[in-house]
Amino acid sequence: MPPETSTSSAGGKEGSSGPSSKKNSKKPKYSKFSQQELPAWKPILTPGWVISIFAFTGIIFIPIGLASLYASEKVVELPFQYDQKCIPSEYSNNAEAYIKSTTTNKTCTATFKVEKTMKSPIYVYYQLTNYFQNHRRYVKSKSEDQLRQKSAEEDTDDCKPEARTPDGQPIVPCGLIAWSLFNDTYKIKVKGKHLKISKKNIAWQSDQTKKFGSDVYPKNFQAGGLIGGAKLNESIPLSGQEDLIVWMRTAALSTFRKLYGKIETDLEANEELSLVIENNYNTYSFGGKKTLVLSTATWIGGKNDFLGLAYIFIGGLSLFFAVCFLLMYLFKPR
Amino acid sequence: MAHGRIRARIRRSNLYTFACLRPRTTEEGAHSLEGPGFSRTVHCNQPHLHEKKPLHYCKNNISTTKYNVISFLPKALFEQFRRVANIYFLLAACVSASPISPFTPVSMIAPLVFVVGLSMAKEALEDWRRFLQDVKVNRRKVTVHKGDGVFDLKAWQKIRVGDVVKVEKDQFFPADLLLLSSSYDDGICYVETMNLDGETNLKVKRSLEVTLPLDNDDAFKDFTGKIQCEDPNPNLYTFVGNIEYERQVFPIDPTQILLRDSKLRNTDHVYGVVIFTGHDSKVMQNSTKSPSKRSRIEKKMDYIIYLLFTVLILISMISSIGFAIKTKFQTPDWWYLQPKEAEYQYNPNNAALAGMSHLVTALILYGYLIPISLYVSIEVVKVLQARFINKDLQMFDEETGTPANARTSNLNEELGQVDTILSDKTGTLTCNQMDFLKCSIAGTAYGVRSSEVELAAAKQMASDFEEQESDLSNFPMPKNKARGLSENNRMGGEIEMERVVTSKSDENKKPAIKGFNFDDNRIMNCHWLEEANSDVHLMFFRILAVCHTAIPELNEETGRFTYEAESPDEGAFLAAAREFGFEFCKRNQSSIFIRERLSYSGQPVEREYKILNLLDFTSKRKRMSVVVRDEDGNILLMCKGADSIIFDRLSKNGKTYFEATTRHLNEYGESGLRTLALAYRKLEEQEYSAWNNEFQKAKVAVGSDREETLEQLSDVMERELILVGATAVEDKLQKGVPQCIDKLAQAGLKLWVLTGDKMETAINIGFACSLLRQGMTQICITTMNSDSLTNNGKEAIREHILNQITNASRTIKLEKDPHAAFALIIDGKTLTYTLEDDMKHQFLGLAVECASVICCRVSPKQKALVTRLVKEGTGKTTLAIGDGANDVGMIQEADIGVGISGVEGMQAVMASDFSIAQFRFLERLLVVHGHWCYKRIAQMICYFFYKNIAFGLTIFYFEAFTGFSGQSVYDDWYMLLFNVVLTALPVISLGVFEQDVSSEVCLQFPALYQQGPKNLFFDWYRILGWMGNGLYSSLIIFFLNVIIFYDQAFRANGQTADMAAVGTTMFTCIIWAVNLQIALTMNHFTWIQHLFVWGSVTSWYLFLLLYGMISPYYSKNAYQILVEALGPAPLYWIATILVTVTCNLPYLTHISFQRCFSPMDHHILQEIKYYKKDIEDQNMWTRESSKARQETKIGFTARVEAKIRQLKGRLQKKQSSIGALSPS
Repeated sequence: MPPETSTSSAGGKEGSSGPSSKKNSKKPKYSKFSQQELPAWKPILTPGWVISIFAFTGIIFIPIGLASLYASEKVVELPFQYDQKCIPSEYSNNAEAYIKSTTTNKTCTATFKVEKTMKSPIYVYYQLTNYFQNHRRYVKSKSEDQLRQKSAEEDTDDCKPEARTPDGQPIVPCGLIAWSLFNDTYKIKVKGKHLKISKKNIAWQSDQTKKFGSDVYPKNFQAGGLIGGAKLNESIPLSGQEDLIVWMRTAALSTFRKLYGKIETDLEANEELSLVIENNYNTYSFGGKKTLVLSTATWIGGKNDFLGLAYIFIGGLSLFFAVCFLLMYLFKPR
Repeated sequence: MAHGRIRARIRRSNLYTFACLRPRTTEEGAHSLEGPGFSRTVHCNQPHLHEKKPLHYCKNNISTTKYNVISFLPKALFEQFRRVANIYFLLAACVSASPISPFTPVSMIAPLVFVVGLSMAKEALEDWRRFLQDVKVNRRKVTVHKGDGVFDLKAWQKIRVGDVVKVEKDQFFPADLLLLSSSYDDGICYVETMNLDGETNLKVKRSLEVTLPLDNDDAFKDFTGKIQCEDPNPNLYTFVGNIEYERQVFPIDPTQILLRDSKLRNTDHVYGVVIFTGHDSKVMQNSTKSPSKRSRIEKKMDYIIYLLFTVLILISMISSIGFAIKTKFQTPDWWYLQPKEAEYQYNPNNAALAGMSHLVTALILYGYLIPISLYVSIEVVKVLQARFINKDLQMFDEETGTPANARTSNLNEELGQVDTILSDKTGTLTCNQMDFLKCSIAGTAYGVRSSEVELAAAKQMASDFEEQESDLSNFPMPKNKARGLSENNRMGGEIEMERVVTSKSDENKKPAIKGFNFDDNRIMNCHWLEEANSDVHLMFFRILAVCHTAIPELNEETGRFTYEAESPDEGAFLAAAREFGFEFCKRNQSSIFIRERLSYSGQPVEREYKILNLLDFTSKRKRMSVVVRDEDGNILLMCKGADSIIFDRLSKNGKTYFEATTRHLNEYGESGLRTLALAYRKLEEQEYSAWNNEFQKAKVAVGSDREETLEQLSDVMERELILVGATAVEDKLQKGVPQCIDKLAQAGLKLWVLTGDKMETAINIGFACSLLRQGMTQICITTMNSDSLTNNGKEAIREHILNQITNASRTIKLEKDPHAAFALIIDGKTLTYTLEDDMKHQFLGLAVECASVICCRVSPKQKALVTRLVKEGTGKTTLAIGDGANDVGMIQEADIGVGISGVEGMQAVMASDFSIAQFRFLERLLVVHGHWCYKRIAQMICYFFYKNIAFGLTIFYFEAFTGFSGQSVYDDWYMLLFNVVLTALPVISLGVFEQDVSSEVCLQFPALYQQGPKNLFFDWYRILGWMGNGLYSSLIIFFLNVIIFYDQAFRANGQTADMAAVGTTMFTCIIWAVNLQIALTMNHFTWIQHLFVWGSVTSWYLFLLLYGMISPYYSKNAYQILVEALGPAPLYWIATILVTVTCNLPYLTHISFQRCFSPMDHHILQEIKYYKKDIEDQNMWTRESSKARQETKIGFTARVEAKIRQLKGRLQKKQSSIGALSPS
């Protein structure tokens, strides 16, 4: 704007041209930012862009989907649900009594067949259903401090009602999660030979080193009025109790798998496996199922067809849109 | 004064017949002031008596701030917690310390403190600015009597009741004063009350006779007096009081009262006693507390919040009931929870209580549905938007050095939704400066310069010509192509000519003389002597020079006369007369002296005109006359007045130039000029003396009908006139006003002009601004003659007005021509009736149908009432713009008030929400900033709800899978950071920097503005669409993740995902999805948007990394989660991609489809710009741009179009007639 485009309103009595420096002191300084004129990228969804975006998405997604499906197909999974099978027939109507009783024989054997060759490592999982590890009361019922360091042994405030023994001794590890530790055990025999199920490295490394103290030993555990789940070997520090560490990582949903161990040998197809299960854990009172799962893993983890299918579906949909837009653009351009 | 000026000292009161009636002091005696309402006592010149109760009155400092230091905290907090959402968060924070809360207290309290603190800081800042403004006013200086006849400068705020102040010329009165004396002998002074009532002509005030001797500083040494008067009240035009002076009591009436914020004019100085100070003064009593305004969008946002609250309560209920049922029937079996030991909130034996306590938990847990940071983000965005408005160089006025100023930032987006603009006239549309531009003498038009309106129209016409040409050539022109072409050429020639005129007058448009912008060699420099009817010319000039009430002032430096006139047009006439060679040089009690130059070379001759009578101007009479005796002894009555009035009074033989003059007057009116007709009458000695006797008798007579008699007598005299000619004065519009109005009209805005001026003036300005044009049907609604008011009663008048309204409405309904336009003109008196409840809806219905509405002679109160009527009646957004205190009511009443800053009075600006220096900046303020801000805020709010729904609902779904126990799948910190950090900046950048199209395109296509008033971006359809999108995203995010992760190992090492892993993955998906969503929403990416959007995503990973690195004491299950668990797992990454893309696919499809098949205006514009069509394909560009303005009925574009239609019509007619003549 030229500075003196003054209209005829000048000519008046007042000298209209005051000290211009003073007048312009309020003048905003020019900058591209303050004038909202910064260079900008202004993408526009032109038909070309639309078609290419959809086509591109399709072209990327379908191969990923196929790859995932392929990986998922390569996984061999052997589930074996044993919660009902391991109830003796005389207790079949009263499974709860059977499992709660201390006198009954909990050992149960079964055989099943490997359908496909399973390359090591083969992971052994236990899967529980209808088990609400994610219940708020349950999730909160632990003491991180106590697990980490010996000095915080008394720190059991969050652990109620499994905080202290009736005589006031702190329970280590305290809380409902630890108290309800899963205690079924599995032994697998192939051709009469025991397969070694390794329990090493089934927990996260960081949990072992940072969250579960190597100087914290179980104490007063399962010594309260009620016995929950498994007992712990009091001579092994918590950082070595990988079962416990895995269990303490609460699952997100009420159906979940947890790693039990690893088998480091391959299993051939059609091999007969005989299982020896110590069926101790009570899921009967709330109708939960228990399943033993043997599974291999690939880069996408376990068997997960859904991911691949979802990818292929979305990719296909994108391609379909691309074609639709292309046709519409060709036959009914704006 | 700086330049020594010499002024004749005369008793000016002699000049007036009507305006300055003698106060009837002697006859009436003092007012009797008894009872309540009249308790005020003022001891003149003894302000110390007012230091103690009960005579201690309020100080003269004013304060318009909302808070003070002490009240700030409680009041501002109260303001903050008036928002439902904030109350909710406050309660949530309160219970967060109890075990019911699903979160840690910090994660509830910290965001609330942050959010409320920021809002309060903003309030404080705004109030601080207001405070500074007050301080500026309070520190103005005025001369005050200090005692012993010594006067000294004092700040306004220190003035006390009883002080004697001396106000100099062109200063504002610091308080309400009683006028004691002025620099004129007879104690009159001129006052400009523009700030109070918007009237531009000066008011005459006169002091009491007894106080006249107090006319110098020394006289106040021993002056004392005692005033008894009414208590402070807001009535500007009444005052009742007595002054006891020298042991006598004299009554005071409004003519002696000088009101605060009016201005002393044409008078060197006055002395006055302070009666009302500060907030007691009438102007302050008149001002109401500025209401806090909220924009439409914000009001609607409340409903959305309520909706979300309903959803929140609903899902909380669902989950509480679910929880109670689960607790009652299932948890007893869940031995691992040890249900027998459970606390009350989980106790299966008392499921009802557990359910109740869970309700509280759930309400807090799902609180993420309500975006806590919404208000604060909006506030931050608005403050930044306001800064952009303040910093806009194109709204900076170089002349006065004032930038635009968004005084509150609450209403930025409201600027984009304005439907009706209510504008003041004087000072807003016009500069209140008159230039003598044209005249018609003896039936000949003079004056070659064009008015601004003509210039603007010519420009528009020229630019439109090329485009129209192509249209015209498409006309069926079967045989006679040559003929048609020549027609075209003719039109082209016309425009060509206008163009020449334009450019020429642009060049030499340097009006050196104030009030005179006339150029015509035929009559300048005494050339008029050669014109045919030079005697008529002579009379014309003499009327100009003689018929007025001004006083000359000799400027010693230049040796020229300047004139102090009551109204600027009078000044323009005198300047014109001077330039024509009739210089008014002296006035004394009885005569006017004119230096007449009657030949090219000769010296001017000084002639004396004895003023016998002066019948001054009143708005009722609409004319002014003088009766003079010239040196030859002839008695002449010279009259100037509104053309309609003068034409009624012409004698039979005085109509020689009647037709030509009428034609010229129409032309002038069309060019937006203010016209007056001039006429005279020769009087016989006897006739005159007979009349004069009666007149003098009437003048001194006492009685209620005195005024009426005088008027009747004047009326008798002002008849049988001989028409001489007419003048056309340009009421100088402010720069760029016609263009601005044109653009605003194209943007679909309606403009109402509310002015305190008289109807003619208002209509002229209507023409000047192209609000009115020839061919527009003017509907004038007026009352009957006011005389019948008393007898017929109000009912009759009301009936009469109602009739007019219904008739007019019927006419409009019956009108078939789509191009027909109507204008409604109504005056203040009529408005009082039409604004009453029973009629206002009819009136509004009519007004809405009209293309333009002009209300004249309206009081400030009526301005506010009209504004309220429009606001409430139409339910649309109104914007009021004005510059004076008389506009304050309207500015406060309207949805948006805009004040014109840069002029002296600050009242309008103080009351306004936005201030700009010139009317023309309104265009940019609305069309660019308003449009942007509206879209930004609308999109921002929609997005905000989207993202919080997308996030909040996942928490609910997860709940359903945890037995409704109140466990959250996310870490507390994720949730804390979600609104405040991780998604805050992108949405702010959307709100601050988004531009759908650049500012140039906004200005070129004002029609784009209609997206705001039509509310295309914030209607329920769109809001619910966004919410649906949020719902969809939440479902996708939750269920895809759950299905992928719930039981299987998620990495090659066989580990399964625990709650932390699932939660983190889900959260990653949310961050990606909402940020990609905002990227798809944006149209405009500067580096800032890129930084914020992609930076937010990056910051999430960074946070995760850092959070995983700190001690597990703080990070708990998130310790090392990215590095150890998720990062190395390909599944984590491809799940993120899948979920993100799936979430955004429907939106992408929607916008692609919309753009391809039902594009909105801005889509098309963007594409035009993108393909550079505006450069390559000029035709298309112009077609698009002309399409945008087809609908408008006002503005000069519409005027040009109407003209072109007319031409086309004529052309067609001609062609058809040719076709008929020569059949093929």
